[in-house]
Amino acid sequence: MPDYQSYAQGSPLEVKVISKRFGLPNSASIDVFLAHEGYQALVKALKMTPEEVINEVKNSGLRGRGGAGFNTGMKWSFVPRQSPKPKYVVCNADESEPATCKDRPLMEYDPHQLIEGIIIAGYAIGSHQGYIYIRGEYRYLMEILDRAIAEAYQRGYLGKNILGSGFDFDLATHTGAGAYECGEETALLNSLEGLRGYPRVKPPFPAVVGLYGCPTVVNNVETLSNVPAILLMGAEAYAKLGTPKNGGTRLFCLSGHINRPGVYELPMGFPLRRMIEEVGGGLRGGKKLKAVIPGGSSCPVLSADQIDVPMDFDSLAKIGSMLGSGGVVVIDEDTCMVKLAWRIMKFYAHESCGWCIPCREGTAWLQALLARFHSGGGLPQDPDTALDASYNMLGKTLCPLGDAAALPMISILKKFHHEFEEHLKLGKCPFEKNGTGAF
Amino acid sequence: MLSESLKAKFEEIIARYPLKRSAIVPLLMFGQDEIGYVSDELIEEVARAVGVPAIEVIEDVGYYSMLHRQPIGKYNLQVCTNVSCMLRGGEAIFAHCSKRLGIGHKQTTPDGLFSLEEVECIGACCGAPAMQVNYDYYENLTPAKVDQLIDQLREAHRNLGSGTGE
Ligand SMILES: Cc1cc2nc3c(=O)[nH]c(=O)nc-3n(C[C@H](O)[C@H](O)[C@H](O)COP(=O)(O)O)c2cc1C
Ligand code: FES
Repeated sequence: MPDYQSYAQGSPLEVKVISKRFGLPNSASIDVFLAHEGYQALVKALKMTPEEVINEVKNSGLRGRGGAGFNTGMKWSFVPRQSPKPKYVVCNADESEPATCKDRPLMEYDPHQLIEGIIIAGYAIGSHQGYIYIRGEYRYLMEILDRAIAEAYQRGYLGKNILGSGFDFDLATHTGAGAYECGEETALLNSLEGLRGYPRVKPPFPAVVGLYGCPTVVNNVETLSNVPAILLMGAEAYAKLGTPKNGGTRLFCLSGHINRPGVYELPMGFPLRRMIEEVGGGLRGGKKLKAVIPGGSSCPVLSADQIDVPMDFDSLAKIGSMLGSGGVVVIDEDTCMVKLAWRIMKFYAHESCGWCIPCREGTAWLQALLARFHSGGGLPQDPDTALDASYNMLGKTLCPLGDAAALPMISILKKFHHEFEEHLKLGKCPFEKNGTGAF
Repeated sequence: MLSESLKAKFEEIIARYPLKRSAIVPLLMFGQDEIGYVSDELIEEVARAVGVPAIEVIEDVGYYSMLHRQPIGKYNLQVCTNVSCMLRGGEAIFAHCSKRLGIGHKQTTPDGLFSLEEVECIGACCGAPAMQVNYDYYENLTPAKVDQLIDQLREAHRNLGSGTGE
């Protein structure tokens, strides 16, 4: 098991709300958790009405950390209160968005924080059963979670009549088996029902028709891990940590050509430039910045002149990109952007579930085009053809995997058009000598 | 024949769900961990355990990349070459493994000890380049570290005798 150092070398600029217990000896055990405010938020929640809990989360400005950034309290309020059917809480621990590795430390170092958040979500929407859907590769984390769940049952935080409140809640883990698409919430629900992970038509949304046809809330690991802190510090104090409508902090995964890669907890709206220069210690080898992927490989790429931006959902949307999943990839001047586009497309072609034709055909076809182009066999019309193909995927699929492939492609074609031209002119990759250029 | 402990595990997992078929993928994963791959017998057992025709289990097997229908090496080296790893030399790590073991993507050494696979992001992007050997993570890799790891695995195998299971 990797030690805590491999995730974060730490930075004095961090504001530790959900990572504050990381690095404590034995931080995954219930005793350490209880000694550091553990399950106090649950005690508090059980004394409130479910509506009060939902309002508190709504007012905190907590937005989904899985990628889309939807207001979490709002999502919970869509669950019909009077439904005769059982309701479910599903924690999305599929973490497969390239460049994203933040749910991992949350489960490794603070599994009880997540469990507490899930129980509170269950109480808020009137659910009595939760599942944690965890990617198959994260087996060691599933073992950590299973141990933590057993401890929580033993101490009466899970099971019947939790803390004498009359509220019952059961929780179990569920392993995936390798499929990015199963991170998409409706594909995840199909997978959890034992079917292939194909997406469902929305609406109806999972909050109304979800797992086994019942009302279901699907939330990311980091989203749910924030819930205890919100109840303890209060919605207002939590909201104030971030920017308007973007409450709290966020775990950012700094990777790529950066001096100090790692997972850092920073306030929402933290400036990207300072994240790169001060938190990450600048670019490796003193190189110049070329581009940044701000939130996992599905986001439009930023060019070096776009980094004076606060890292929150709305500010990134304003400049045509997304905050996504918090995976910040720093890319230096020696990198071939055609090759980067190819590698991103290779991923989506591999992971497209094949259900929607624009995505299945578009990704495979663009991957082939980019491979040929990068190795020197490009045609002058290729960039325009690629742009056209990308636009024909956008918004034309049941789930956003097609968009996730098209958006970075379009951004690279537009912002780094000159690199395509150089490939054509030279008949080969101009970055080949740098190692990162060649296939 | 599945072991008694695996059968008990099956029971425990199935009990987690209101609908038995939800357990199909977890059962296949734990079965594969014990048997080494998804055998015909495992498919039959899983189908029987959750009460669906075998064809519905086979449908799932074909969808998930971690489930395989053929035996693979005792140590499966899964090297990530996705963006964060590529930028820090993931492809060179893959090439080095390939040269060192004399096998390519999704191939197994003749002695059945090692398999090699180029995989998508495994959630170790801040420790790039990274790989998994079976379920264990290895991060901040260099060719020298890979050599050392392969030697250690060979040594571990020699000390354990020549069993092929986990
Ligand atoms: C192709 C695809 C993959 C996704 N993968 C994940 C994932 O691995 N983890 C995750 O939390 N959300 C993932 N999502 C987002 C989920 O669909 C969903 O929005 C999220 O789990 C909702 O939780 P949140 O509101 O707490 O963010 C993915 C979406 C798409 C389209
Ligand atoms: S990109 Fe290699 S582990 Fe994420």
